[in-house]
Amino acid sequence: MTRAERRKAFWERNRKSGGYLLRKKIKSVLFSIGRAILIFGLCFLIVQPLIQKLCVSFMTEMDLYDTTIVSVPRHFSTESYSIAWRLYKGIPTFARSLGLSVAVALLQVLSCTLVGYGFARYKFPLKKLLFGFVILTLIVPPTTIVTPLFLYFGDFDIFGIIGKITGTGKGLNLQGKAIPYLMMCAACAGYKAGLYIYMMRQHFRNEPKELEEAAYVDGCGRLRTFFQILLPGARPMMVSCFLFAFVWQWTDQIYSRIFFPINTWDLVSTKLFNIVNLFDGENKARFGMGYVTQTAYSNQIQATGSLMALVPLLIIYVVAQKSFVESISQSGIKG
Amino acid sequence: MESEKTILDNVAETAGQAGDAAMAAAEAVSEDALDVLNAAEAEADATADALWQNADAAAEMAAEAVDAANETVTDGGVATKKAKSASVKSPKRKSKNLARGNAIAGLLFVLPFIIGFIIFLVYPLSMSVRMSLNKVSATSNGLSFVPVGFWKPGSNFYKIFRDEKDFIEAFVNELKRMLLFVPGILVFSFFMATLLNQEFKGRTVVRAIYFLPVILASGVFLGLDANNPLINNVKEVMRAENSFSNITNTLEDILLTGETGNKFFQYVIDIVGQVYDIAMASGIQIIVFLSGLQTIPPSMYEAAKMEGCTGWESFWKITWPLIKAMVLVNIVYTLIDFFTRTDSALMKLINDTLLIRFEYGKVAAMSWAYFIVIAAVLGVSALFFSRGVYYND
Repeated sequence: MTRAERRKAFWERNRKSGGYLLRKKIKSVLFSIGRAILIFGLCFLIVQPLIQKLCVSFMTEMDLYDTTIVSVPRHFSTESYSIAWRLYKGIPTFARSLGLSVAVALLQVLSCTLVGYGFARYKFPLKKLLFGFVILTLIVPPTTIVTPLFLYFGDFDIFGIIGKITGTGKGLNLQGKAIPYLMMCAACAGYKAGLYIYMMRQHFRNEPKELEEAAYVDGCGRLRTFFQILLPGARPMMVSCFLFAFVWQWTDQIYSRIFFPINTWDLVSTKLFNIVNLFDGENKARFGMGYVTQTAYSNQIQATGSLMALVPLLIIYVVAQKSFVESISQSGIKG
Repeated sequence: MESEKTILDNVAETAGQAGDAAMAAAEAVSEDALDVLNAAEAEADATADALWQNADAAAEMAAEAVDAANETVTDGGVATKKAKSASVKSPKRKSKNLARGNAIAGLLFVLPFIIGFIIFLVYPLSMSVRMSLNKVSATSNGLSFVPVGFWKPGSNFYKIFRDEKDFIEAFVNELKRMLLFVPGILVFSFFMATLLNQEFKGRTVVRAIYFLPVILASGVFLGLDANNPLINNVKEVMRAENSFSNITNTLEDILLTGETGNKFFQYVIDIVGQVYDIAMASGIQIIVFLSGLQTIPPSMYEAAKMEGCTGWESFWKITWPLIKAMVLVNIVYTLIDFFTRTDSALMKLINDTLLIRFEYGKVAAMSWAYFIVIAAVLGVSALFFSRGVYYND
């Protein structure tokens, strides 16, 4: 059917329906236009700050003070990138952050998978209470426990065991080391571990029970069943948990600020948190104490800094977008 | 030896009987010892010393056996206990055995969490309770605690609620913001989920963008502007100067000059004014609603349409009942997310008290007051919204 014929048929049908078809068509077109505007506007709302940061980051200091320049820089420059890179201390900081995030995410995913499986498939005394505790770990604001934890790791001891082993009667001083936080992650006490346990539990609950029963009948032990039968199927969910854990560790500054002091353990997140102060300090060291860093300038450095911190995350997000989105819908979060 | 078997096999045996049987066993043992003695006498050729040593040892053994038997008589329960534990291993109770094995395996799987919970959560929490009830000061050899009690002048809780104006103000503001934000986030994310559930070109891209805030509004990025004192100054100047009229301001004026519904309009306008923050905080909620919407079979809507249901009716009769479980999940998630954010004025106050003024006791009291209120709000809203939730499975 050609276009003209189709148009003719449409008017014919419209005449027969007494104008109903045309009204319906107009309504649906108007609706989709309205929807498109709305969706575009709301998308713009989310992306705009990113675009603005990107534009600002390529300006020279001159452009920043020029009120006629809103977003497109007049003098293109990458100077702010080199400044931010210098303040970050470049590759070592990023490599350290990367290594730490991978280690933390791995430990969290492994321990939370085990625990989630235990909660999903086994009956044991106090199970409901323990799962209530999992939810409790989510509710406790990190600020409540961060101080005691920090002090605790200054003299770390588990019921006096370590003190007896070393013979000094005192615990270990683990402040400023990576071990405490890694231990916490391995023991499901890291940032948002409760959420990962919950997600893994939901996943295992949705797996058919017949899988394990068949394995048991064939003489598979409990551990082997878990590792050989259930773990391969849980890989997508584990990847999602890993990604979440990675992103949240990369950007975390509640725990990082306490456990990884700046200058000895530079991380991208803690550096970014202080980048304005660092920039100010650098300028004061160079031009004397009286130097006042312009707001717009420090703002630009901060924008560039956050863009640099975001780039690895955006790459991961673009590659693994499906994993992120589907994990939440697949886990079929239900009460 | 047979008498021992009788003990083990017979579960219902009374303590006295068990004792008797044990006595018999002891007698049997002493008889053995006598045999040894007899044998020793028969072998007269052997050296006398060794012989007498053997005999001594045998006699000792016999005496011990008798002692043991006496003990069993006085504490007959031991024998019955033994008998019970033996009976568990019998094949009749295999299913019970399996259940116990499963319980142990389950506990082993969950063990990392139990350990972590005790060491890294219960301990810090109890320490923070202790700190909140003490005047804590740092000395050269650790912290020193001076008890100040819970509620009297000079105690931490008294200080933060009576003396500290900042805390109360920040606290009340936070609760007010909650009333503004949580409904805003829920409505917005539900609205967006219904939009994204429809078919249109470029839907995947739009979805990706809407989920982006999960990254953009996490951790350090969220607190950046709040941490930048320079930007805050500029913002205030801009707000003061930004008084020229535009469409939104005019509309706001018109709506607010009306007599009725003033407060409601103010509320809506406040929400709209925060739309950026709301959009940034509703990434996960949108996905949760979206997944909920996608589990509703389209045939339901078709059937409703055939029966003459309008969109409005089918929303309240189909969508809402089926999505209610998601609403509950989202309320809980949003509340938790809202309260554990790091960029609120209250968190800033707590951090300042901790990192600048080093008042550990006060910080602990603040965190606890905050935590208890969170738990209360969560509990009440979960109770309120969990009524009449329909589960699909």
